[in-house]
Amino acid sequence: MRIGLFVTCLGDTLFPEAPKATVTVLERLGHDVVFPRDQTCCGQLHQNSGYLDEARALARRFTAIFGDFDAVVSPSSSCVGAVRELSPEIAPRVFELSEFLVGQLGVEDVGAYFPHRVTYHPTCHSLRVVRVGAAPRRLLLAVRGLELVELPEADECCGFGGTFAVKNPDTSTAMLADKCRSVLATGAEVVTAVDGSCLMQIGGGLSRQRTGVGTMHLAEILAS
Amino acid sequence: MTSFPEAARIALGDSQLRHNLRNATTTIRDKRARVVAEVPDWDELREAGRAIKADVMRRLDEYLLQFEESVQAAGGQVHWARDGAEANAIVLDVARAHDVTEVVKVKSLTTDEIGLNEALAAGGVHAIETDFAELILQLDGDWPSHILVPAIHRNRSEIRDLFMRTIADGRELSDDPRELADTARLYLREKFLDAKVGVSGANFGIAETGTLVVVESEGNGRMCTTLPPVLVTVLGIEKLLPTFADLEVFLQLLPRSSTGERMNPYTSLWTGVTIGDGPQEFHVVLLDNGRTRVLSDQVGRQALHCIRCSACLNVCPVYRRTGGHAYGSVYPGPIGAILTPQLRGVANAKSLPYASSLCGACYEVCPVKIDIPSVLLHLRAQTEKDVAERIAMRSLARIFGNVRLYEWAQRLARAGEGPARRVPGPLASWTQTRDLKPFAKETFREWWSRERGA
Repeated sequence: MRIGLFVTCLGDTLFPEAPKATVTVLERLGHDVVFPRDQTCCGQLHQNSGYLDEARALARRFTAIFGDFDAVVSPSSSCVGAVRELSPEIAPRVFELSEFLVGQLGVEDVGAYFPHRVTYHPTCHSLRVVRVGAAPRRLLLAVRGLELVELPEADECCGFGGTFAVKNPDTSTAMLADKCRSVLATGAEVVTAVDGSCLMQIGGGLSRQRTGVGTMHLAEILAS
Repeated sequence: MTSFPEAARIALGDSQLRHNLRNATTTIRDKRARVVAEVPDWDELREAGRAIKADVMRRLDEYLLQFEESVQAAGGQVHWARDGAEANAIVLDVARAHDVTEVVKVKSLTTDEIGLNEALAAGGVHAIETDFAELILQLDGDWPSHILVPAIHRNRSEIRDLFMRTIADGRELSDDPRELADTARLYLREKFLDAKVGVSGANFGIAETGTLVVVESEGNGRMCTTLPPVLVTVLGIEKLLPTFADLEVFLQLLPRSSTGERMNPYTSLWTGVTIGDGPQEFHVVLLDNGRTRVLSDQVGRQALHCIRCSACLNVCPVYRRTGGHAYGSVYPGPIGAILTPQLRGVANAKSLPYASSLCGACYEVCPVKIDIPSVLLHLRAQTEKDVAERIAMRSLARIFGNVRLYEWAQRLARAGEGPARRVPGPLASWTQTRDLKPFAKETFREWWSRERGA
């Protein structure tokens, strides 16, 4: 199987740990991973901001770059959701990492060891757009040493929403404050999710408040 | 109209409002989830609701004429109103024809949308709101902030003080909900018995039979539609259903989605005039007020499917924190964010399509499957962008379109990054409350080249 790695522009530039960990996990399971160097952005930023022509042009570019792979795997449900809508020709072969591992490869135990108290935030697009279901939770439960604690009001949005966080900063911050409160209530050392962008929002809040709670992408825990 | 971010900032600063909203929406949301889970074919019901509404939109011209004919055949009078002003004038004319200075009203968003009460007042007719929450707002000169629970932003001690000032006739009241309800009931009963003209909206109008349907909880709607000898109903043209049998679907979808009840306490249905029973003169005003324009947009028109249940408000993380007034319309929350810009024109409500994090919770609960996130994106594409943003987004598109430019921009961004925890420019609003993630010392692609070559 030829697996193309879609790292996302944010993952490439701001949190490369997540795509690096994705490579580690897939290779540990015996798969070859290809990184198509021409990739940039899938078009989601432009679509969500109301620039449809630009979004469609970027989606066409994306389809051309990833068209030949048996599977395209990405550590971001939000970008996968956007690709499925914007690039319908390749949509059936594009997967978020956790759904690929559990749904396509049938793997739950990836051989990880992470002896920490962790809480899981199910991001909106993983829940309601890509519908990864229980996959991330099942992967986490199979990690040795990991104690998974339930996040209160888990399915509430963290307030990121792309440009929403900048266009509606006060509302976004109010949503973030409630999310941080929920995270702190769990006593977790680390909050994890399948979207780096949401973790950037949650981590930005937890760090500004000097809570000492860290954020890690699910892929990083699975690669540990 | 004040922009959403500005209005939201004021609302977010009101801790009492935040507390009231959180409690009330959480309660209704959880009740809804429980009663929806009981219905094994809920998704099929939603699909049926969506399909019926989509058919109504496609053939609205035929259904409207059929409805008119049915109402007339049953002894009712039909009026057509292009906008709010025409509808208001028709209702005022009916009131004047009967020489009344007061009318009693059923809770109705449609009449709120067109400012009927204000128009009647200007014509010397006082419209008395008879829904408990609407009465509270009317007595205080306030306006609704939720579709189903218009006074969701008020609490009982505020209501006690208000009643003491207005309708309690000098009696001392406690903030016991029963005592407050009794006070309103006593006041309203006299109004019902005196009223010569009743005014209502309607949840549904049946094209096949000319029947109108009002779904409610308190019984005040039943009083208004049966006691006064004259009844005027203002109906948005999108509220039609083809046949009586279609109610089977909607009377299951609406109460469970709305109040979280299996069945609502009062469902009133009437068809024209029945001699010797109920109103002996019946008028229905068919209101357009921008709806035809919405209908002409193939993506946006699904906003007209809305049955005003308010489930989307109760699950919306934005609404739950800002409340309804921030949306600057009688239609708040996610449905307001797609309906108001379409009814008024996108240019007149251009911040509303952005008043969402696109979390999708609204779409998931909508009983007629309105894809609110998709309509929001559709409307965002129609808003006029400010120049700086347009230049930035076009430049970004060019950078993303060419990997050499993209890699150059990555290096440039990293080099330009200072140690500052607060950044200027468009990202300043991020760093006011959140730490900014620094650019990675090595991008993923640089790491890949170093480790794997090529």
